[in-house]
Amino acid sequence: MLSGFDFSVITASLPFIREGLLFSVKLTVIAMTGGIIFGTLLAMARLANLGPLSLAATWYVNLMRSIPLLMVILWFFLVIPLITGTPIGAENSAIVTFTAFEAAYYSEIMRAGIQSIPKGQVWAGYAIGMNYWQTMGNVVLPQAFRNMLPILLTQTIILFQDTSLVYAIGAKDLLKAAEIAGKNYNRPVEMYVFAAIIYFVICFGLSYIVKRLQQRIAIIR
Amino acid sequence: MAMIEIKSISKWFGQFQALKECTTQVDKGEVVVVCGPSGSGKSTLIKCVNALEPIQQGEIIVDGIRVNDPKTDLPKLRSLVGMVFQHFELFPHMTVLDNVSLGQVKVLGRKPDEAAENSKKLLHRVGLSHHAHKHPGQLSGGQQQRVAIARALAMNPICMLFDEPTSALDPEMINEVLDVMVELAQEGMTMMVVTHEMGFAKKVAHRVIFMDAGAIVEDDKKEEFFGSPRSERAQQFLSKILHH
Repeated sequence: MLSGFDFSVITASLPFIREGLLFSVKLTVIAMTGGIIFGTLLAMARLANLGPLSLAATWYVNLMRSIPLLMVILWFFLVIPLITGTPIGAENSAIVTFTAFEAAYYSEIMRAGIQSIPKGQVWAGYAIGMNYWQTMGNVVLPQAFRNMLPILLTQTIILFQDTSLVYAIGAKDLLKAAEIAGKNYNRPVEMYVFAAIIYFVICFGLSYIVKRLQQRIAIIR
Repeated sequence: MAMIEIKSISKWFGQFQALKECTTQVDKGEVVVVCGPSGSGKSTLIKCVNALEPIQQGEIIVDGIRVNDPKTDLPKLRSLVGMVFQHFELFPHMTVLDNVSLGQVKVLGRKPDEAAENSKKLLHRVGLSHHAHKHPGQLSGGQQQRVAIARALAMNPICMLFDEPTSALDPEMINEVLDVMVELAQEGMTMMVVTHEMGFAKKVAHRVIFMDAGAIVEDDKKEEFFGSPRSERAQQFLSKILHH
């Protein structure tokens, strides 16, 4: 069956595919960084007794986690231009959407991480005179982050796979690039297989790193 | 002169009343031991002094500062009151030196090298100079608790609170911690100590408070407490823990 494959189209379209892959990686890195920062703030808002603010954070997280990602992507793509008045382009729309969406998932991880730190640690931080932000920043979050690192990375692997959904709004990621290249050369099967291999290698590699990391953290404890 | 004044405080956890109109005071330079059966509210009482636990009724005044006044700058107040916990609560992700330096840098605004110098002096004082670069997990319980005392002293506290500092320790490590505490007491530090170590109480305490079911049952000079406690409950308690 493989004899019918024409692998020369892959070499020919490499620069094009690389561009798509770079966007996928960029989208993943930005959404991960922004998602962890916003997610941590959301988690802190939910855990602190801040009344309306805690409630709003809870609602935001639950809302995002209850809607299919594809719908959020489409919805943001249509709604953001209505709010800002100008179209921001599929790529920028994807970045905003993924950061906002992933924040909800990262926030649940960070919430569990913060809750895993014994209350005595917070007391110890307060007892030497540190305020809430100092205690969070110096005592609770560094430990929560370290405890949750493997799960945060696992979520990032899922995020990288999910970025392929942006092809729905025409953002040029790895999948979209493979699709276009496949159409150009009339070789869609080869291009989709190639894209799948790239996704697999990256995700499998990251999973391996997570596994090693978990063992190392287990030793430190 | 009173350093810590506790005026008729009450505290509830939900329906359960943990503290019942407790009143006492600790004078400057005084060492007060708080004892009593588990669940009697002694740890809760001591955590109220630096507002780690809020109270619902009554008033606590530390060095003239009203602890439960909403306008009180709690971090400032807590930086003046050293606290040592039953389970040490060192920060496990930092070295011993950084544990002792953190508050000096973040709260007192000292420069990192200045703080580190001071931390080394304090670690030397508690006999742990050679462990400064280690992480808390590499130390024994007794060593960890001595680091915790150094961490509290690093803030130059005006008084010290000890919440069962030796309860989580193996018997052979209890004395190394008590020795540091005895030294502190003899230097004139104002101390409020929740403990069952009656040897420590006999040696350095000025007064002993006995608590039962959230209330202060006995509050006597040491000599009177160990001589002839007035309440039957305290007599029973003493006979149980002293007759081993």
